[in-house]
Amino acid sequence: MLILQILIDGFAISALYALGALGFTLIFGVSGVLNLAHGAVLVTSAMVAWYVGTNEAAGALAGAASGIVAGVITSFVTYAVVVRPIQRSKAIPEVERELFVLTGTLLWGVMLQIGLGYIFTTTPVTVHQLVSGTVNILGVRTPTNEILIAVISWLTLGLLWLLVNRTPAGKRLLAASINPRGLTLMGVELDQVHLLAWGIYGVIAGIAGVLLGSFLGTSSAYIPALTGTAFSIVVLGGLGSVTGTVIAAYVVGYIETLTAYLISPSLRAVPALILLVLVLYFRPQGILGRR
Amino acid sequence: MKNQRIIVAIVLLALAAAPWIGISDYIIGVLTMICFYGVFAMSWDLLFGYAGEVNFGPSFLIGLGAYGAGLADADLGLPLPLCVALGTLAAVLGGLLLAIPALRLRGPYFGLITLVAVLLLQDAIVIFAGTTGGEIGLSVPDILSVNATVNFYYALGLLVIAGTVLLTVANSSFGLILQAAGQDAIEAQALGFNVVKYKIAAFVLSAFFSGLAGAMLVFYLGTASVDAMVDIAVGIQVIIAAVLGGRRTIIGPVLGAAFLIGAGEILRPLGQVSGVVVAAVALGTILIFPNGFLGLLRGRHSA
Repeated sequence: MLILQILIDGFAISALYALGALGFTLIFGVSGVLNLAHGAVLVTSAMVAWYVGTNEAAGALAGAASGIVAGVITSFVTYAVVVRPIQRSKAIPEVERELFVLTGTLLWGVMLQIGLGYIFTTTPVTVHQLVSGTVNILGVRTPTNEILIAVISWLTLGLLWLLVNRTPAGKRLLAASINPRGLTLMGVELDQVHLLAWGIYGVIAGIAGVLLGSFLGTSSAYIPALTGTAFSIVVLGGLGSVTGTVIAAYVVGYIETLTAYLISPSLRAVPALILLVLVLYFRPQGILGRR
Repeated sequence: MKNQRIIVAIVLLALAAAPWIGISDYIIGVLTMICFYGVFAMSWDLLFGYAGEVNFGPSFLIGLGAYGAGLADADLGLPLPLCVALGTLAAVLGGLLLAIPALRLRGPYFGLITLVAVLLLQDAIVIFAGTTGGEIGLSVPDILSVNATVNFYYALGLLVIAGTVLLTVANSSFGLILQAAGQDAIEAQALGFNVVKYKIAAFVLSAFFSGLAGAMLVFYLGTASVDAMVDIAVGIQVIIAAVLGGRRTIIGPVLGAAFLIGAGEILRPLGQVSGVVVAAVALGTILIFPNGFLGLLRGRHSA
């Protein structure tokens, strides 16, 4: 019974983690940016979805939709206000650009974190579930919402895979992550590719944020931990590797679920962190990373 | 450079005289915190500005110093100077622990390790709440002094000593080699410099002053707590202070700390919004003037 419950819960949370971390790895792959405001983008979407979903007669679906829109807007603002100016700045030496992007997005995340706490609330809230009720899977009472979360997560992952591998726009994204200069020489405007990447990132982060908010609840105080989890999963899987990210999400998701059920919910993050340290010491490129 | 030294000397004299011109204990308290954060930010700058290592966990080193000293005092009842020494030692050991991955990993990977180090330290404090006081914090029986002015002089003395040592090191050939190692480790190695030795030395030095300041901060506040010394937010404050004041200057981060703590106090009536305003100013500054306050001041001088 317990084993089955861990399997089911772990599957759903892992799918969600994969989706949450995927945007992070996408942006790194395409434009080399480690977005430390990632957790803030997730929580912004969740907060907006919660606010719209509860306070008006809009309902959960409208809430979720506005949450995703909020994710896209936040993503574009992050790119336009923080990342692009740093990449364009002539005053910042080339070798230090990465450090400035890290610091800049970190500051932007702090602003969003405090701002969200001020505009909405600092106490944890739960986004309205899209569906209610439970389903009995082999004797384990599972919330229908949890199943829906796993399905939506995998659907989104599948759509992203199709987009990247089967459409011209997606192939340009892939090309930009492999050889941006070559892409420019082919006459493709790199700016448009980046804009597309941040747009997709916003949608994925928006969906992941809303779903996370309805599964685990959300709060501006969760932002640093969410960024940390996404960062860990992505590094564990290998920076820029989508398959690696999904595998790593399942490893982390199941370790956390096992710890929460078998040891103590308050320690759920610890074993994954220790695993991460070990991987970084012995295999820094991650599970499927390129060096 | 000479002008700058004179300005620094005047500012320090003015600070030393500050308690005698009748300012309130509250302002002296704010100045004391500025000194402590100044030391944190300077130590961080040695790693970021010179060694080229993004350490997201300055509060890992600060926290080790703070809790090392706090536990030595509260549980072992050792005399205060010994507690501070033990705390500093704990931080130096932590610094060595961070130096090992720093030598093998590049940029983001190392940054993540430091971030994880903070999270693990935080978890450890909560797990061993029985001895560490957990989320409530650990109160220590000893304090530096009950007199605000005396406390301020301790902090100012620490700032001056740390500043002198770090500035001397940074402006020596050591600092140059460190910069070379930070920007292109392979080339620095090819030139015959032992990069490993220099990086480890930088980590030890940075950890030493972070830990020392953290340990002294415990005996100034009378408590070691996650919120004040270990939380990621503390580390972010230190990073913002250093980048805002001007990286790779050692003095700049002190200016940044003064701005950050000062603005936080002045904007306190605004409540939560003050944090947004401070972060926005910091973001705007690094976007428009990547060299920070000190770069701005120097730029005007040379123009």
